[in-house]
Amino acid sequence: MREQDTSRSSRASAAPDPNSHHDPNDSTVPPGNALATALGMLVVFTILCGLVYPLAITGAAQVAFPAQANGSLVVRDGAVVGSSLIGQPFTAPGYFWSRPSATAVAYDGTSSGASNLGPSNRALHTAVADRVAALRAADPGNTAPVPIDLVTTSGSGLDPDISPAAAYYQAPRVARARGLDGPTVRALIDRHVLGRVIGILGDPHVNVLALNLDLDALVAGKR
Amino acid sequence: MTGVGIAQLVAFAVVLVALAIPLGGYMARVYQGEARWSQRVLGPIERGLYRLCRVRPQEDMPWTRYATSILWFSLFSALAVYGLERLQASLPLNPAGFDGVPPNVAFNTAISFTSNTNWQAYGGETTMSHLTQMAALAVQNFLSAAVGMAVLVALIRGFTRRHAPGIGNFWVDLTRTTLYILLPLSIVFALFLVATGIPQTFDHQAAIATLERAADGHPQGLALGPVASQIAIKMLGTNGGGYYNINSAHPFENPTALSNFVQTVSILLIAVALCFTFGRMVKARRQGVVILIAMAVIFVPITLVTTWAEQQGNVTLVDTGVDQVASATQGGGNMEGKETRFGAAASALWATSTTAASNGSVNAMHDSFTPLGGLGPMWLIQLGEVIFGGVGCGLYGMLLFAIVAVFLAGLMVGRTPEFLGKKIEAFEMKMATVGILMPSVCILIGTAIAVATTAGSSTIANPGPHGFSEILYAFSSASGNNGSAFGGITVSGDFYTIALGVCMWLARFIPMIAVLAIAGSLASKKTVPASSGTLPTDGPLFVFLLVGVVILVGALTFLPALGLGPIVEHLSI
Repeated sequence: MREQDTSRSSRASAAPDPNSHHDPNDSTVPPGNALATALGMLVVFTILCGLVYPLAITGAAQVAFPAQANGSLVVRDGAVVGSSLIGQPFTAPGYFWSRPSATAVAYDGTSSGASNLGPSNRALHTAVADRVAALRAADPGNTAPVPIDLVTTSGSGLDPDISPAAAYYQAPRVARARGLDGPTVRALIDRHVLGRVIGILGDPHVNVLALNLDLDALVAGKR
Repeated sequence: MTGVGIAQLVAFAVVLVALAIPLGGYMARVYQGEARWSQRVLGPIERGLYRLCRVRPQEDMPWTRYATSILWFSLFSALAVYGLERLQASLPLNPAGFDGVPPNVAFNTAISFTSNTNWQAYGGETTMSHLTQMAALAVQNFLSAAVGMAVLVALIRGFTRRHAPGIGNFWVDLTRTTLYILLPLSIVFALFLVATGIPQTFDHQAAIATLERAADGHPQGLALGPVASQIAIKMLGTNGGGYYNINSAHPFENPTALSNFVQTVSILLIAVALCFTFGRMVKARRQGVVILIAMAVIFVPITLVTTWAEQQGNVTLVDTGVDQVASATQGGGNMEGKETRFGAAASALWATSTTAASNGSVNAMHDSFTPLGGLGPMWLIQLGEVIFGGVGCGLYGMLLFAIVAVFLAGLMVGRTPEFLGKKIEAFEMKMATVGILMPSVCILIGTAIAVATTAGSSTIANPGPHGFSEILYAFSSASGNNGSAFGGITVSGDFYTIALGVCMWLARFIPMIAVLAIAGSLASKKTVPASSGTLPTDGPLFVFLLVGVVILVGALTFLPALGLGPIVEHLSI
């Protein structure tokens, strides 16, 4: 093929030698041939792109990046307690809470989903107002404005993160429930703030599971 | 808008162009048979494929045979996808034990993936087996992208050849695109994506005792699978069909701000690079750059408006006592349907990129965007998917607009219009018009039928003008071969699976046939030298003309419909 390619490069047209002498009727091959070729190409590319390629990538990934390739699992005391990429629901006042989730069962890792509520839909307004009220009820002394991410559902329903503001907002409640002082909890959050990548990509966030695991460790260490 | 949003857009443009220039050059070498190093490595495989499938690479196809080859290939592809979906329950690699896909959804999905639309009337992790994802859907991610690029190359040959009977060999173009361009890029990209956290395994989901398992009694399952290999080509091939229901908002499909940035670049990478490929192949590099600039002139303002609108937040929520303002400790903005790690700016840039290109993947829910934030992406689709557009089809669509632009300029000065040395005559104009108007016809007629019938209007999720926007967006997405959605609307019923399936098929293949007809006609013509009456098509005047034609067609066709949806919604809140 390379020889023909070389001859081709000198002309404007890029297709295989259009002036081939050996078979002037090439362009009028009966359509039956096209059918067989179409089927054959589909089968061959299905094997190549649909089996060989994903199997090869799986093999390479399992060798080079086994942790990531298997779901970025988080282990505590020998037991898997979650994935660092998939959020979990938290309801106890002594844990930092994740964002509301729109999946049927909150944070169902087998079935992602969003609310798809439109901006003008009153149901969105009602849901947000209810969540604000619930946060206020859980922490009556806290009059700070509620960070928007803490009262809206994410795209996936599995958001593992909250904004730093949403973590700091919950600090008084968590501190009280855990018998810790405010500065200790805020210092813990400080250590978990992940900034923007190279200062411009994405938004600052805190991984809720990692934060809560460290919170458990902190409390356990004090005993 | 925050400074971060602008900085991100600048970084995006710089990285994109820096990668697209060398890739564009490489693709030109591939199509001209000059990519020596890769031919040495992959040439034996290429020749083996030809022998196996009885392809004669020397055969030069007239445009009619090129077109029928594509149609047979796409028809068989759709049948194969349909068959694998229906039979997946009795096939291997189905660890979750999913049933066969229902006939109407399987029909819709088969057309969706073979037409490079990747509209999803199903939730991936709750419907499709590993085998269906890999051997049916991901295969079409490669092949439908390769078909689009092949047709572009055939059109380019139309411009460069003189008195030629044929426009190239479809099987050669298909094979080279897949083997030399899409597969190598996907392999590198897939491994990068695994490193950022995307799963790549055949294991079944595990039941995990979460930190609060004692409280709620529910172990958490995780849907795993061979995800990264599929996401790589899903992004590069402007396919957009996610492994998971919620697409690139899912943390397993898009784990970090870095993976998000690189994926956003990959949406536009090949489409931008093809502009440089085009310039090289027609031996007028400025021509490729001029078309790229015309695309950017439309893309950048819409991106800025969308970013601004999403960063502003939702005005209806102000009285609930929430804080939507960006600060040192939060990104703020309209966060319903958005992921914290991305935030408003990165979600807006993704939204305009994925709709400018006919990618259609989403990292945030467009249905929950502010009215103005949702208007930009929807209009980008309606402009005909030519602002970058799908791989291959975006640029050939833009070249149809270029043909109309030189024709209009020719009418103004009373000369026969020329483009790249070829006379543009009645036949080219007729075909260009068919190609440009076909998607618009599908969008407007489809939307009209849907709003006039219970079957179409009863499945919307949001009341009022936003519900109308959901329908308009659905038909725009299908007819633009985009695949993104205002996702609240339920589209798995008979009406939408069939109506959108028909739109996807017609809007994909009728313009494609028109483009091939133009390619055949141009290839058979002589090349005329430029004269004093020739409109220069490689300068600012042509950028202005081209942008003007695209905006004019898009505005005249869709402003009334947009007025009933996002614009009235914006004015009412």
